[in-house]
Amino acid sequence: MDAFQPTYKPYGERSILVEWPQEIHENILQDVLNFKLNIQNHFIKQKIQIISAYNSLLITYDYTIDNINDEILTLKSLYSSRKVTKIHTLRLWKIPVCYDDEFALDLEELSFKKKLSKSKIIKLHSDTIYTVYFIGFLPGFLYLGGLDESLYFPRKSTPRQHIKKGAVAIGGNQTGVYPNESPGGWNIIGNSPISFFDPSKDIPCFAKAGDKVQFVPITIEEYDDISVLVKEGVYQMESEVIDG
Amino acid sequence: MVKVIKPGFYTTIQDLGRFGYQDYGLPVSGAMDQYSAQFANALLNNNEHDAVLEITMTGPTLVFKCHTLICISGADLSPKLNDLCIKLNTVIAVKPNDMLSFGKLNYGFRSYLAVSGGFQTEIKLKSRSMYKNITTKLKIEANDHLMINEFNQTKTNKHAALKYNSELFSSNVLDAYKGPEFELLSPAQQNQLFNNKFTISNLNNRMAYQFSELFENSLKPIITTPVLPGTVQLTPSGNLIVLMRDCQTTGGYPRILQLKEASINILSQKMTGQALQFKLLE
Repeated sequence: MDAFQPTYKPYGERSILVEWPQEIHENILQDVLNFKLNIQNHFIKQKIQIISAYNSLLITYDYTIDNINDEILTLKSLYSSRKVTKIHTLRLWKIPVCYDDEFALDLEELSFKKKLSKSKIIKLHSDTIYTVYFIGFLPGFLYLGGLDESLYFPRKSTPRQHIKKGAVAIGGNQTGVYPNESPGGWNIIGNSPISFFDPSKDIPCFAKAGDKVQFVPITIEEYDDISVLVKEGVYQMESEVIDG
Repeated sequence: MVKVIKPGFYTTIQDLGRFGYQDYGLPVSGAMDQYSAQFANALLNNNEHDAVLEITMTGPTLVFKCHTLICISGADLSPKLNDLCIKLNTVIAVKPNDMLSFGKLNYGFRSYLAVSGGFQTEIKLKSRSMYKNITTKLKIEANDHLMINEFNQTKTNKHAALKYNSELFSSNVLDAYKGPEFELLSPAQQNQLFNNKFTISNLNNRMAYQFSELFENSLKPIITTPVLPGTVQLTPSGNLIVLMRDCQTTGGYPRILQLKEASINILSQKMTGQALQFKLLE
């Protein structure tokens, strides 16, 4: 269990940064998320905020830290006594994606430059089960790990000013879905009709770090049908519980 | 209720933001200069979390439709009630059909208007702070009706003796702690960072402030990591960026400094062309 030795650094007056080795790996993610849960349980009666990323946690307290060494010691002892708690149920989400030309603005170029047929790209993209590492960049933007190497493709040198809400895209060695209209430099290969961020819900995102995601190709007719259900607030996305 | 006649340059509803939702990728948001926002609330005996109007550079024209008390703190934008100049950091009673307008910017960049009980605009994810795709509006517009509660008392309040600390405007020094990647800076870069003044470029808003001076830089981007308001990043092209209240929750540029909270307030009151210096806190 003690394969890692995270380091602890003060970060401004109210925060502490915990860092793992600088690489992207599922084992690190598990340890990061497990420690995060243990911290949340420990501080359950206190208002704290924790941002997790690939290999770090940033813990922000709602007060100015008086004695940084004491706070770090508390965290260190929490780490060494941490339990493998399973409070959250992890899920595999089946996310419908329409790869039709109407949405897939860059699929043609990708296919040409990668010398892969469009259907091969779609198959490679939708066969993979991706891991949600964290949510960042925009509200509801999932950082996914696991993109097939043959689909790595550099970001556009000039970003688009407007990328449609739901756009499914590839940027470098990453793939993701734009939760809302925004500027962006990734290559668009499809669109998902579902909502990745809903500010009217107290838990505004369906997915969380540690979950898995798979893209399910749908036709443009299915896309329209699902869009209607999403708009009415009655769409039920397929998902299954996975053992963490 | 308050009716918006003219919205001003960039006027938003802000409270202290959405603490605790950063794991969903939400910015914290909240008043840029929290000292001034909280000062105005304190003079009205409001809760520190009550929503205020954040007024940037050019003020709005507002008409009150009920009795309330108001207090304006922060930048001096020459506020007027009907045709009379009114003082900052002072509790003022307003009545139905009173018109609040603003004029010349004398100092600072952001002014805060608090009303008794705070603005009662929509709450999304436990905050009224306006932000794109979270609240319905991202800034106030002409003909908006901003909800406030009728407040009929005119008695002076117990905090009248509070003194506003105007060092916020006179200071050109940003106190900062070392950021996680500070040690990656070369001695020459460290020297440049603390022995030069940095001029605010026209790329400054609620998300970030950029500076005009460039660094010689060979630092590469890092694996995406958490950031906070007040984080100072150095981009591969040598730009210095200070993240502000509406910043993203994660980023991939080396985090070389972290501003002291009070320095975020100081920077929030500065505008394009003004020069500042960083001071390292141990």
